[in-house]
Amino acid sequence: MVLDERLGQRPDTAPPLPARQFARWIWRQLVSMRTALLLLLLLALAAVPGSFVPQVDVDAQAVFAFAEKYPYLVGTFEALGLFDVYASPWFSAIYLLLMVSLVGCIIPRTFVYARALRARPPQAPRHFDRMPASGAFDTDADPDVVVGRAVQALRNQRYRVDRDAGTSEGPVPHLGVVRAEKGYLREAGNLVFHVSLVGVLVGVAVGSLFGYRGSAIVVEGEGFSNTLTQYDDFTSGALFEPSDLPPFSVALEEMNVSFWIDGTQRGAPRLFEAVGSVTPAPEEPAEPFDITVNNPLQIDGTSVFLVGQGYAPIVTVRDSDGEVVSSGAVPFLPADPTYTSTGVLKISATDPQLGLEGFLVPTTGVLDDGTIVSVFPSAFDPTLSFFAWEGDLGLADGSPQSVYSLDKEQLTRVEGADGEALRINLGRGESVELPGGGGSVSFDGIRNFARFQVAQAPLKEFTLAAAVAGMVGLLGSLFLRPRRAWVRVREVDGRTVVEVARLDRVSGADLGADVDDLVAAVSGEGVARGTSGKDRARRAWLSGEGVARGRDPES
Amino acid sequence: MSVEQWATLSDQAFDGAAVVLALAWIAHLVEYAASRKVAYAASPVTVGAAASPTPTELPEPERRATLFGRIGVALSVLGTGVLGLGVLARGTAAQRVPWGNMYEFATTGVFLAMVLYLVLVKLQGIAWLGPVVTGFAVTVLGLSLLVYTPVGPLVPALDSHWLVLHVVAAAIAGGAFVVGAGASAFFLVKSRAERRTPVDQRHGYLWRLPTADSMDRLAYRVHAFAFPIWTFAALIAGPIWAYYAWGRFWGWDPKEVWAFITWTVYAGYLHARATAGWRGKGAAIIALIGFLTFVFNFVGINLFGSGLHAYAF
Ligand code: HEM
Repeated sequence: MVLDERLGQRPDTAPPLPARQFARWIWRQLVSMRTALLLLLLLALAAVPGSFVPQVDVDAQAVFAFAEKYPYLVGTFEALGLFDVYASPWFSAIYLLLMVSLVGCIIPRTFVYARALRARPPQAPRHFDRMPASGAFDTDADPDVVVGRAVQALRNQRYRVDRDAGTSEGPVPHLGVVRAEKGYLREAGNLVFHVSLVGVLVGVAVGSLFGYRGSAIVVEGEGFSNTLTQYDDFTSGALFEPSDLPPFSVALEEMNVSFWIDGTQRGAPRLFEAVGSVTPAPEEPAEPFDITVNNPLQIDGTSVFLVGQGYAPIVTVRDSDGEVVSSGAVPFLPADPTYTSTGVLKISATDPQLGLEGFLVPTTGVLDDGTIVSVFPSAFDPTLSFFAWEGDLGLADGSPQSVYSLDKEQLTRVEGADGEALRINLGRGESVELPGGGGSVSFDGIRNFARFQVAQAPLKEFTLAAAVAGMVGLLGSLFLRPRRAWVRVREVDGRTVVEVARLDRVSGADLGADVDDLVAAVSGEGVARGTSGKDRARRAWLSGEGVARGRDPES
Repeated sequence: MSVEQWATLSDQAFDGAAVVLALAWIAHLVEYAASRKVAYAASPVTVGAAASPTPTELPEPERRATLFGRIGVALSVLGTGVLGLGVLARGTAAQRVPWGNMYEFATTGVFLAMVLYLVLVKLQGIAWLGPVVTGFAVTVLGLSLLVYTPVGPLVPALDSHWLVLHVVAAAIAGGAFVVGAGASAFFLVKSRAERRTPVDQRHGYLWRLPTADSMDRLAYRVHAFAFPIWTFAALIAGPIWAYYAWGRFWGWDPKEVWAFITWTVYAGYLHARATAGWRGKGAAIIALIGFLTFVFNFVGINLFGSGLHAYAF
C-alpha cells in the first residue's frame, strides 16, 4: 500500500516505523486539535474562490458570460473545478477530512466523557490559598457539623459531593474534607455540538441526493403539471427518480403585481401574489391557493415558491391571407428592475417561417434620440418592439432550442422600404402589416406570468433539528462552567480552621463571590477572613492575574 | 408626528450621533496623547488596585488622561443614546423594523456595537477599548452615508419574521465582533510590549491598560458570546428565510459563502484557544482575520458583488 511504499523509500532514516504504527501516527495526527484547526482554516480559504468566480449552480448565465469574456481562462478554470467549487474534489476532500477528523475526535472523547461521568470529585489540593479563589475562617463548631454544612451547601448548588473522613496520615492531616464538582454538561454540550455537525452534513447530503429543484414560468390563465417536461430548468440529486415527482398540477388564475407608485421607493416591488388552484393528484378535487413571496404552497412534501414574475404580451400573427397562424401570450424575460423584458416568437406554420425577436417595456418612455425605454415596472403603457426574421427557424433537425432565442443561421432580417432593418414598435392594441406581404402582427394585450420554483428537500426537518441541537450544545459548551470546590477542616495551633477553595476549569468567572457564599454557608455566622472574594476577583481582572487557569491543554 | 417628521428626525439623529461619537473619539485620542507622557514606575502585572494613586495625587498628564478618558465615555453614552433615537425614529417612520437595507443595517449595527461596548465598560471597565470602538463607529456611520437610503417600505422578499431574527442576530454578533476584534488587536500589541519592554521602561499609554492576559480573556468572552449568535443568524435563521423567499436553504450565493467563511474562521479561533501553540497570539490573529471576513462580507460583497442579496444589505 501507499504507506508501505513510502516507508520503503526512506532507507536512511532510523529503524523504519512498522506500518501499523505509522498508520496509528497518521490517525493521531488527523484527529488532533491542531489538524482540526488547520482544516477549518483551509475550508474557509477553499470557500473563497467560489464567491468571485461565477458558479454553475448559482448562476449558469454568469458562467457563460464569464467564459465569453475570458475565453483563455475557461479550460484551466474548468479543470480546477472553479466553476463548481462546492462540489469540486478538493473542496469535498477538505470537508470530508474534517468530518473524519471530527468523528475520530468525538468517539474517543465520548468514552473519556463516559468515564468522567462516573468519576468522583478529585482530591483536595495541598495548598488551598494557591487556588484561584479561596478563603478561611476559625470556628468553634464541631468539625463534623462544619463538614455536614459544607456537604449540604454544595449539594444545594447541585455539586456532586464526596466527603473524606478525617485522617492524621498523608501530607495534610485534617479533620474532614469535602470534595465537589459540577458542570459535567459542558463536555456533553461540546459533544452534542460536534455530533450535530455530522448530523447537519448527513442531512444536507441525503437531502441533495434525493431532492430536486426546478423552475417553471406559468402565464395567467394557464397551468403547470409536475412532470419533467414542464420545467424550464431542473436539477436533482443523483438518487432522484423522475417518478418521485408528486403528480400535482397547478392552475394560475391571477398573478397580482404591484409596485410603489410614489414615495422614496417608487418602482420598488410592493406585492407579488399568485392566486389559483391546485389539484394534488389527477382524480382529486382542486383546492384554492394563494402564494406570495415568503409564503410557499406546500404539497406532498414539495414546496412551490413564487420566485419571480414578468409579462407575456398577447400576440396574434396572421398570414398573408388573414388566417391566424399564431396567437397567445408569450412570456418575455425581465432583464432589469423596470422590467424591460426580452423574448422571441417563432412561427413555423408560415412559409417562409417567421421569427420575431425583441423587447417589451411595461411603461414606455422615449429618449431624445427616439430610443424606447422602460420608465416604470407596471404595465401601464406597454410597447412591444421587435425585428422580424424570415427563413428557416432550424426547428426541423430536432436539436433542442431555447424558446427565448432565435437561431439566425438560416434567417434573413425583414427590411423596410429604406433598405434598413425594420424595427417595429407596437402599442397595446396596435397591429402592423409586414412588408412584402408577409402577413400581420398585432399586440393585443398583456398577461402577467409567475415564475415558480418547485423544490423538495428531503430530511430538511432532520437537518434543522440537528442544527438546533447543535446550537443548544454549543451554548452549553461555551457557557456552562465545570467547577470544583473543596472544604477542609484542620486543626492549626489548637484552633479549628475551615478552608474553602474554588477552581473554575474555564477562564473568567467571578469565583470570589462564590467563595464568600460558601464561607457564609459553612460557617453559619462565621467571619470570613482574608480578602473578600469579590474584591479579589475584580482586582484579578484588572491586574490580569488570571482568575482561573487550568483549562486542559490539549484534548 | 408625521412620517416625514420622523424620517427627518432620524436623519438628524444619525448626523448628530456621528458628530458626538467623533468628539468621543477625539477625547480618547487626547487621552492617548496625554498618557504617553505618564511614567508608570511599577509594572501593573504586580500591582493590585490599591497600588494605584488616588486621583487627587495624580500628576498633571495622568489627570488629563483620566479626565479625557471619562469625557470620551460620557460622549459615547450620549452619542449612543442619540443613535438609538435615530434607529427608533427610522423604525417609526418606516413602520417596520429598521433594518431593510444596507444603510439601516449599518446604523443599527453600530448602535448595537456601542451598546455592547458601554455595557462592558460598566461591568468590566473596558473603557480602554474606547479609541478603537468609537473610531470604528464613526467610520461606519460616515461610510453609511455612501449608501444612504430614504425611508421606505420593504420589498416583499424582505417582509418576513425570519428576516427580523436573521438581521438582528447578525447585527448583534457583528457588534460583538467589533469589540472582540478591538480586544484581540490590543492584546497583540500589549503582549508584544510585555515581552519586549523591560519593567523599568514601562511608561506611557500601553501601561495604563490591563494586562495582555485579561485582554485575551475579554476577547474570548466577547467572541464566545458572538459565535452562537452568528451561528443562529448565518446558519439557521438565514437559511430558513432563504428557503421561504427563494426556495432553497443554501445556494452558495457570495453573501452566504462569506457568512460561512466568517463562521468557519471564528470556529477556528475557538479551537485555537484550546490548541497548544496557538493560544494567545495565533488565536488573536485568527480572530482578526474572522473580523476582516465579516467586514468584507458587508462592504466588499455588497458594493461589488452580485447575487440574490445584492438588493438587500
Ligand atoms: C467540523 C468542524 C468543526 C467545527 C465547526 C468545530 C467548532 C467548534 C467550536 C465552535 C468549539 C467551541 C466550543 C467550546 O469552546 O467549547 C469547539 C470546541 C472544540 N472542538 Fe471543535 N469543531 C470542529 C471540528 C473539531 C474536530 C475535528 C475536533 C477534534 C480534533 C474538535 C475538537 C474540539 C474540542 C476538543 C473542543 C473543546 C475545546 C475547549 O475545551 O474549549 N473539533 N469546536
